[in-house]
Amino acid sequence: MRKIEKDIVVVGAGPAGSMTAKHAAKKGARVLMIEKRQEIGSPVRCAEGISKHWVEEVGITVNNKWVAREVRGAKIKSPSGHTFLVDEKNAGNEVGWVVDRVLFDKALAADAARAGTEIMVKTSATSLIWENGKIAGVRAQTYGEPIEIRAKCVVGADGYESQVGRWAGIDTSLKADDIDTCYQYRLTGIDYDPDYCEFTLGSAAPGGYVWIFPKDEDTANVGIGVQLSKVKHPADPKMYLDKFIAKRPGLKKGQPLEAVAGAVSICAPLDSVSMDNLVLVGDAARMIDPITGGGISIGCIAGMCAGKVLAKGVKANDLSMNTLQEYETMWRDRLENKQWRNWMAKEKLTTLSDETLDKIVHTFSQYGVEKLSVQDLLAVIKRHHPELVKEFEELI
Amino acid sequence: MIVSIEKCHHCGACVGSCPKNAIFLNDLVLVFSDECNRCGRCVKLCPVGAITMEAKK
Ligand SMILES: Cc1cc2nc3c(=O)[nH]c(=O)nc-3n(C[C@H](O)[C@H](O)[C@H](O)COP(=O)(O)OP(=O)(O)OC[C@H]3O[C@@H](n4cnc5c(N)ncnc54)[C@H](O)[C@@H]3O)c2cc1C
Ligand code: SF4
Ligand code: SF4
Repeated sequence: MRKIEKDIVVVGAGPAGSMTAKHAAKKGARVLMIEKRQEIGSPVRCAEGISKHWVEEVGITVNNKWVAREVRGAKIKSPSGHTFLVDEKNAGNEVGWVVDRVLFDKALAADAARAGTEIMVKTSATSLIWENGKIAGVRAQTYGEPIEIRAKCVVGADGYESQVGRWAGIDTSLKADDIDTCYQYRLTGIDYDPDYCEFTLGSAAPGGYVWIFPKDEDTANVGIGVQLSKVKHPADPKMYLDKFIAKRPGLKKGQPLEAVAGAVSICAPLDSVSMDNLVLVGDAARMIDPITGGGISIGCIAGMCAGKVLAKGVKANDLSMNTLQEYETMWRDRLENKQWRNWMAKEKLTTLSDETLDKIVHTFSQYGVEKLSVQDLLAVIKRHHPELVKEFEELI
Repeated sequence: MIVSIEKCHHCGACVGSCPKNAIFLNDLVLVFSDECNRCGRCVKLCPVGAITMEAKK
């Protein structure tokens, strides 16, 4: 069997994998990134919305090739149609872009390659190699040929369907409350406001929301996430989405360019995403914002943390937890609090009735919110609907 | 477990959601292992309803 030897093997060439690979290779580690698909970034399983503020931090150069559309903000819609406008005034740099993931993911992989990463496509990890009780790499299939990739550290960046963590015995299992099942069309020929991302809350999407993310003047990603615990019948997500589209004349006349199925985790941060000679990043580590279901930014930031720590470990020739503990510390310092807070907020939000959601969104739209933080939002509710705040007490 | 290849989008959502890790996506084909305890989660999870459970033999 063919054997390859590297310092680091990254499984999965999504944003989290590419970011890890880049930051490790940049500091001199010998990195191989393997991707089971034949094309990085395709097919897209994403609504493609990102905020802007983190992009520079992780060293991504903005390129018009992958920015599909710049939006002015977001419209949060309540079940009966109240709209709360989020824009630069109250959200600052949270507003952002709708990207083209096919090109975005490739741009990130190209950055990794420029930093010295070797990439293999059509190469799927099939199991871990254990040696003397330690992880020593992965077995994989490349164009149907079985190979062994020996490495000092394995990076599980294999997305929502992640196997790497499970092979290693890291508990990444999810409760039904912590999963959103998703469906999306890219609709063209629609009438809508192409300058805002739109989110509709409430029973149109039980426990989740319907999104409209602009791609261009008459084309958008129109999709839905439904909390798994609230699914009553098979195919509910598609049914709810079709119903939503049928009710909006501007969308109803649109035609689909593609359909996307998928799922996101909306869970609290995992207790541990690393062990001797192995780390998980991105969706594989269940790093997703439980309120928005967004994971691109978090995955990239965590990938940067992982890459930097791995490079250190390679230099010190120690990829045990002695070194990798710093990865846990770094990503938690940067991301854990928000994931916790938003998970608790999600636990609450998903229990609210349409009437309550109407009241809340109406209050925001009527009185305005200066800054988009959980604290500020709650302060506004407290002032105008003190009876609702007790539901959120533990968040304050 | 039966998967409708006409409906399946090969998205892997069921794979990542199975509590028993009993589903594998081999290229475009879903394979179920003996670990499956027929909990039914994947049937509800699949956003297009591509999975059905056959009656117990
Ligand atoms: C419908 C939907 C809409 C979404 N919308 C948004 C959004 O608007 N904004 C946002 O920020 N996030 C969104 N997300 C979440 C976002 O897509 C993910 O958080 C993001 O892609 C995570 O990046 P990643 O690198 O961790 O994993 P992925 O992008 O999933 O990459 C994992 C890669 O690993 C590969 N792989 C898997 N197994 C193996 C193996 N055994 N061997 C080799 N390679 C393997 C896969 O082929 C894949 O390319 C959405 C998700 C869904 C499902
Ligand atoms: S969740 Fe449904 S569409 Fe996605 S891979 Fe599983 S069976 Fe196919
Ligand atoms: S029925 Fe349950 S255990 Fe069996 S494959 Fe589906 S989710 Fe997994």
